[in-house]
Amino acid sequence: MLSKSARKSLLYHPLVTVFTILMLYPVIWLIMSSFKPSNLIFATADSLIPKPWIWDNYAIGWKGIGGYTFGTFIGNTFVIVALATVGAVFSSAFIAFGFARLQFFGRSFWFAVMMATLMLPFEVVMVPQYILFSQLGWINTILPIVVPAWFGQAFFIFLIMQFIRTIPTELDEAAIIDGCGRFQLFARIILPLTMPALATATIFSFYWRWEDLLGPLLYLNRPKQYTVSLALKMFLDNETISNWGAMFAMSVVSLVPVVVVFFLAQKYIVEGISTSGLKA
Amino acid sequence: MKARQLRNHLTGYVFISPFIIGFLAFTFIPICASLVLSFTDYNLFSPPRWAGLDNFQNLFSQDTKYWKSVRVTLTYVLFAVPLRLIFALLVAMLLNVPFRGIFVYRTLIYLPSIIGGSVAVAIMWRNLFGNEGIINLGLVFLGFDPVRWFGNPTAALWMLILLAVWQFGSSMLIFLAGLKNIPATYYEAASVDGAGPLRRFFRITLPLLSPVILFNLIMQTIAAFITFIPAYIITKGEGGPLDGTLLYPLYLFRKGFVFYHMGEASAMAWILLMVVALLTALLFATSRFWVYYESKGGS
Repeated sequence: MLSKSARKSLLYHPLVTVFTILMLYPVIWLIMSSFKPSNLIFATADSLIPKPWIWDNYAIGWKGIGGYTFGTFIGNTFVIVALATVGAVFSSAFIAFGFARLQFFGRSFWFAVMMATLMLPFEVVMVPQYILFSQLGWINTILPIVVPAWFGQAFFIFLIMQFIRTIPTELDEAAIIDGCGRFQLFARIILPLTMPALATATIFSFYWRWEDLLGPLLYLNRPKQYTVSLALKMFLDNETISNWGAMFAMSVVSLVPVVVVFFLAQKYIVEGISTSGLKA
Repeated sequence: MKARQLRNHLTGYVFISPFIIGFLAFTFIPICASLVLSFTDYNLFSPPRWAGLDNFQNLFSQDTKYWKSVRVTLTYVLFAVPLRLIFALLVAMLLNVPFRGIFVYRTLIYLPSIIGGSVAVAIMWRNLFGNEGIINLGLVFLGFDPVRWFGNPTAALWMLILLAVWQFGSSMLIFLAGLKNIPATYYEAASVDGAGPLRRFFRITLPLLSPVILFNLIMQTIAAFITFIPAYIITKGEGGPLDGTLLYPLYLFRKGFVFYHMGEASAMAWILLMVVALLTALLFATSRFWVYYESKGGS
C-alpha cells in the first residue's frame, strides 16, 4: 500500500509532465521543422520527426541578406549586447550604492523619479530621442542603442539596491572607521558582495539587448549593421520566396544563445524576478 | 562640521549623477520636447511648424484608424492581462508542492517566457496559426472548424492574446515566491476548522497574495499597453487584417517612422503616457479596497 504522498506524486508527475510538453510544443515544433525540406514543413506539420532529416536550411539561411552572413549579424549583436550590458550593470551598481547607502538632500525625490522611469513606456520617448540622435549624427551607428545604457537602468538600479540593503551596515561603519572613503567602500567592499545581483542584472540585460528589435529597427539601416533580430525581420519581409526552412533555421540559431544562457543561469533569473517583484 | 555634511551630500550626488544626467538627457528633455512637438507639424526634414491642437483634433475626429487602434489595444489589454495572470497563478499553485525535482518543471515551463519577446518566436507563432498550421490541425482533430487566423480581425487579435498568455512565466515566478511566503500553518489551521480547498483559496491564498497580485497587475498592464514586436512581426508591420492587430505602439511607430508625422506621433505618445499614468494611479487607488497587508498594525 502506497502512502498518501506517494500516490499524490504518482498522479502529479504525469500531469505536470504533459502540461510542460504542451507548453514547450511550439518550440519543439520550430526546431524540428527547421530540419525539414521547406516544401514539407506544412504538409507534414502534424509530425515532429523530419523525414528526410536535412541540414540544408541552415546552410541556406546562414548566407544571410545583402551579401552578409548570419555570422556578421551575430557578431554585430554581440558587440551591442556586450557594450550595453557592461555599461548598464556597472553604472546601475554605482547609482544603486548612492541610493542604498548614502544620506543626501533630495534622495527620496530622485528615488521616486527613478521608480517612475521604471514604468515609463519606451514608446513615449521614441520620437524625440530619434530626433535628438539624428541631430547628433548618430543614425546608422550603434551609439543611440549603447550610450543611454551607460547612465543606469532603473530596473537594475532597483534590483541591486534591494540586494545592497541585505548587506549589514556594520560593514560600512567598520570600513569607514578604518579610514575607507565612500568610493573605496563601494569598489572594495560593496561591489564584490553584490556579485549575485550583478549576475542577475547581466543576464537580464543580455536577454533584452539580444531580443531588442525596436532599437536596431530605428537606428541601423545598412545590412552590414543588422542585428540578429533585425536580420530575421528582413528575412520575413522577403517571405515571398517562401523559404520557410531557412527562416526557421535562423530563428533556431537566434534562440541558441538565449537558451544556453538560460540553462546555465536559471538560478539567478528566478531569484532576480522573485526578489525584485516581492520586496518592493 | 558643516563642510563635512556638505561633502556627504555631494558624495551622494556624485554617485547618482549618471542617473540624473541620463534622465535629463534621454528621458526628461525628450518628453518635454515631445510635448512641444505634439502641437506642431513636423516631418523630420523641414523645420517644425506650429499647428496648435490640429494633431489632437485630427486624431480624435478625422483619423478613423486612431479609434480603431485604441479599441484594439483596450481589447488586447482587457483580455491578455487577466488571462495571463490567472494562468500564471494556476501554474504557480500547481508548482507550489514539496515534491523533489519541481525545479526542472519550473525551468522548462519558464523557458517560453524567456524567449517569448523575440522575433524568432513571433515568426514561429505566425506559422503555428497559418491556414495549414498545427493549431488548425488540432482544431480539426478535436472536431472544430479550422479558423482563418489571418483573415478575420478578431481571430488575429486573439492570436496575439494567446501569445501573451503563453508568456506567463515572469508573473508565475513572482506568484510562486509569494505562495512560498504564506505559512503552511494557516492552511493547517483552516483545514482543522473544516475549510475546503476552495474556501482556503479564497480566504487565505488570495488575500495574502493580494500585494503580489497588485504588483503583477500593474507591471503586466503596462507591458500589455506597450506590446510591439508580436504585432509588428506577426502581421508584417501592417497591423492587419482590417487593422485588427493595430496595437497602439504599432500605430505610433507607423505614424512616426512610416509616414513621418512626428507631430501626430508625439501627440499619440503623450496620450499613451497620460493613460498609462492614470491607469496606474487608479489601480493603486483601488488597491486599498482589495489589497491586504499583513503588517497593517506596523506600517
